[in-house]
Amino acid sequence: MARRTFSIGGVHPADSKISRDCKLEILPTPPVVYIAVSQHIGAPAVPVVAVGDKVKTGQVIAEPGGFMSAYIHSSVSGTVKSIGPRKDLSGNNQVVIEIAVEGDEWVDGIDRSDTLVTEIPQDPKAIIEKIKLGGVVGLGGATFPTHVKLSPPPGKKCEMLIINGCECEPYLTSDFRTLLEKGEQVVVGTAIIKKALGVDKATIAIEDNKPEAIDHISKVVETLKAKSADFAGIEVMSLMKKYPEGGEKQLIDAVMNRQVKSGGLPIDVGAVVDNVCTALAVYEAVQKNKPLIDNSVTVSGECFPHQANLVVRVGTPLKYIIDYLGGVPESAAKVISGGPMMGKAISNLEAASLKGTGGILFLTREQTKRMPESSCIRCGKCAEACPMGLEPFLLNRLAKAGKTDELEANAVQDCIMCGCCLYSCPAGIPLLDIISQARGQVMGIMKARAAAAKAAAEAAKAK
Amino acid sequence: MTTTIIWTIAIISGLGLVLALTLYLVAQRFKVVEDPRIELVEKAMPGANCGGCGFAGCHAFAESAVKAPNLDNHFCPVGGNDTMKQVAAILGYEVKEKAPMVAVVRCNGTCENRPKVNEYDGSLSCRVKATLYSGDTGCSFGCLGCGDCVAACKFGALSMDPKTGLPVVDESKCTACGACAKACPKAIIELRKKGPRGMREYVSCVNKDKGPAAKKACAAACIGCGICVKTCTHGAIVLENNVAYIDPDKCKLCRECEAMCPTGAIHGVNFPKPLDKDAVKARIQERQKKAREAAAAASEAAKAAAGDPVVNKAEVKVIKKEESNG
Amino acid sequence: MDKILVSPNPHLHSKTTTSVLMRDVVIALLPAVIVSVVFYGWKELLVLAVSVLSCVLIEYLITRYCLKKASTVGDWSAIVTGVLLALNLPPTTPWWVVFTGALVAIGVAKMTFGGLGQNVFNPALVGRVFLLISFPTYMTHWEIPQGLFGVDAVSGATPLGAIKEGLMQGATVPDLMAQHGYSYSQMLFANIGGSAGEACAIAILIGFVYLLVRKVIKPWITLSILVTVAVVSCIFNMADPAQFTGPLFNLLTGGLLLGACFMATDYVTSPMSTKGGIIFGVGIGFITLMIRYFGSYPEGMSFAILIMNSTVPLLNKWFHQKKYGRA
Repeated sequence: MARRTFSIGGVHPADSKISRDCKLEILPTPPVVYIAVSQHIGAPAVPVVAVGDKVKTGQVIAEPGGFMSAYIHSSVSGTVKSIGPRKDLSGNNQVVIEIAVEGDEWVDGIDRSDTLVTEIPQDPKAIIEKIKLGGVVGLGGATFPTHVKLSPPPGKKCEMLIINGCECEPYLTSDFRTLLEKGEQVVVGTAIIKKALGVDKATIAIEDNKPEAIDHISKVVETLKAKSADFAGIEVMSLMKKYPEGGEKQLIDAVMNRQVKSGGLPIDVGAVVDNVCTALAVYEAVQKNKPLIDNSVTVSGECFPHQANLVVRVGTPLKYIIDYLGGVPESAAKVISGGPMMGKAISNLEAASLKGTGGILFLTREQTKRMPESSCIRCGKCAEACPMGLEPFLLNRLAKAGKTDELEANAVQDCIMCGCCLYSCPAGIPLLDIISQARGQVMGIMKARAAAAKAAAEAAKAK
Repeated sequence: MTTTIIWTIAIISGLGLVLALTLYLVAQRFKVVEDPRIELVEKAMPGANCGGCGFAGCHAFAESAVKAPNLDNHFCPVGGNDTMKQVAAILGYEVKEKAPMVAVVRCNGTCENRPKVNEYDGSLSCRVKATLYSGDTGCSFGCLGCGDCVAACKFGALSMDPKTGLPVVDESKCTACGACAKACPKAIIELRKKGPRGMREYVSCVNKDKGPAAKKACAAACIGCGICVKTCTHGAIVLENNVAYIDPDKCKLCRECEAMCPTGAIHGVNFPKPLDKDAVKARIQERQKKAREAAAAASEAAKAAAGDPVVNKAEVKVIKKEESNG
Repeated sequence: MDKILVSPNPHLHSKTTTSVLMRDVVIALLPAVIVSVVFYGWKELLVLAVSVLSCVLIEYLITRYCLKKASTVGDWSAIVTGVLLALNLPPTTPWWVVFTGALVAIGVAKMTFGGLGQNVFNPALVGRVFLLISFPTYMTHWEIPQGLFGVDAVSGATPLGAIKEGLMQGATVPDLMAQHGYSYSQMLFANIGGSAGEACAIAILIGFVYLLVRKVIKPWITLSILVTVAVVSCIFNMADPAQFTGPLFNLLTGGLLLGACFMATDYVTSPMSTKGGIIFGVGIGFITLMIRYFGSYPEGMSFAILIMNSTVPLLNKWFHQKKYGRA
């Protein structure tokens, strides 16, 4: 049988999953944490604690600042030292709540035992409320508030829940370890999300470079299916390894053979995609009352001697994590938060981890330094690689000429910033740098136009 | 042979005639009727099509200006008052004179003042760099040094100084079209009044960090200490978000703030004489001493009159602090 | 650790750079080069050497002293042009004619457009066609392969030229084939008269397969040329076998394979999209046959590719990749 994968473009960077055999390890609590109020897409949360307050682990310290927002909980117990701007990993000021750690006292009602709770609540509304209170956000990278995703707009029906276990980024192994070591919890979490959405089918999609995970999860699903009807309809699907398989749109294409229309949402084609770590967070929030206060982080890189998969409290300074494993290696030239394809280069190691921090990666100068740009030889490798079927060479040219209408006609707004174009360009042209700028610009224009059209329609209505 | 030549000449001439006639007729048939004043106005314009006026180009400006009831919303920064006078004469409008402007780079984060803390490896564009992170120095407000402003300038008035890594404005070429200010993602470039004989005083920093952080990142940063605000006798300086700003309308070019600034963030340009900092400082201290004495005398008098000793305590404190800083 | 690097994503880059791609093309051309040297001897070696050296030198001089920028010879593209030009010339071409060809190829067809990636027409072909028009005597003087140590050069016509000549004198195709004793196995494994690159079809196909395996090129353009030539010539041949040569003859002669595998697939001067590439290939195949059947030149590949080169901007405008989630 042909291996399933998405239909357009894609690249095959070396796998480099060197930390795949490192078991999940709990990082000791740091002496101080800096918890940002904006750790998700949407409005920043509003702090509800004051300087000098004593907080416990799992206590709400900031409430949602709007519809699209999330609760933020203290990941440690201690005293709030300050609330104010602090430089984030890219050196820009973000509001953080600084908490000095004193002991580790948890809020009452959180079940910290390891027992697996397989009976799931039957009321979707109650589940979603619990997820909201748990501050769960998408841990696949976008940090989209999960309770918003699980409440599809009226009239849209979800047909399939896809749990994303692709982990298509090289180096990252935290999802893989989670699948292996907390597979039961992930599957129960999947069943909970399935229940919340009221959908019959759920697919846990795993790339075939992780055969152990596929085997393990398949076994877990079988066992649980035998136990309860709540697990019926959950399937495991093996996908061919190709980057960016874990991209939401690519995954829907690979699993369901459907494509989300430009500007549309997955729910338009009846799909909801959540990461395996999100499923785990949902399990913990719903079954154990444990809010999202820690997440698994892969620390890796060939030049980094102590690769690890750590469970890290949200707000832990990156430097603390790195120093715990022996400090920044001498030969490292770049430190990346996330994977090497879509991760963000860290310029400020004093910054703290966020809910969505999935990896800290060290690359050497040889591995990562960009080569000097030369002329485009029109080889079309960028267009071949683009998983959205765009033509980066053309978009680059149009962007440089500032032709926003032609950029829009050539679908620059569809770009998912996966980096395949720049990865594959033999001339080292910084395609994505330029295209992502143009994309922002065009999306701004489209938004303004939509707003103007809406205002005009309303004005016409008022008349 | 001769007949061939004659025939050739005749046919080619005839063909030329017919084509010329066709062209003429077509041109007549499809002639676009336009207000003749538009052409006149456009001719008066500098023709740079820079868009500094807010219109797409000189022609768009002319079209709009002809239709407009007055010239309040139309000003060509490139041509300046001379051009606008001509345009006004063509259209029979009044024109309000505007003070000539010039682009001012408000960052003094040279390589010496602001050491690099990391190495940027992306494409050479300030916009890309600004979207990515705060920049390769400790200052997250200052010039990124990739030269988007230089690329945006249509008049060749901007260039990067390789020594400082900062853009330099050639005042003789700058037309104040504002393209650079729009291109700068950090909003460092300001269009400022040129000032009398080009003399002007400005704060060459936009760092909004608190003093210690700003100072740590850059030796020439405005640390928001407020000394300039207190020194200024014209009320021209405001301190907002830890950074001072000199209002060019109120500034009397006395250069006292420049002399007092502890980091040298305030710059005065085109002054005939270099600033004698010590002399100005001495003058200010003398004045402040007198003011203090006067204030003390006044408070004595007030105390004697109303018996309220607390009135000027805060002010005295501030002055004392200033002295220790200066 | 020195200062840390910061850049937008992605942080990894594939190892395939422009010079790697171009070097692969040179490697793919090696079988054809070796075969031609073996068959035509030191004369061919001289043509190759002059062609490659002058291409590289001219590009170096132009970038360094006319454009005043860093030299671009390191990207191997001038070497590719040099080898292709040499393979398109008769082995007997004098060195100064080869040099002139290189000057036109690099100086006119490539650098005046702005260098690699900017040129509209394939530089090697422009050089070749320029020479064909300017020095017809040298360019139509073909030599029957004599081997590396052959002494007596035997001049002759290429199969295409011989057939064209014969047809004009009223002979029929089967007669001419028999008269000249052409066999297809001979064409496949070398030993036919013509420019160096025409000599051995197998050597060129080996190079083509190498390019496919290394994923340097996609097969669509080449395949569509070959299929078009086969189908169209088959139709003509069936309609009148006396006047029109058959598909196999057309595929194996006159540098068609060299053109289809190496010249038409040049990145810069071929369309980006698969659809555009297929139309490009069909056009080349059709025009080649039309020139061969009805034109005054016996060989049409060079002209066909150059003509279709000029349509590439349009093809790129009209045909795009299939986009995700858009009809």
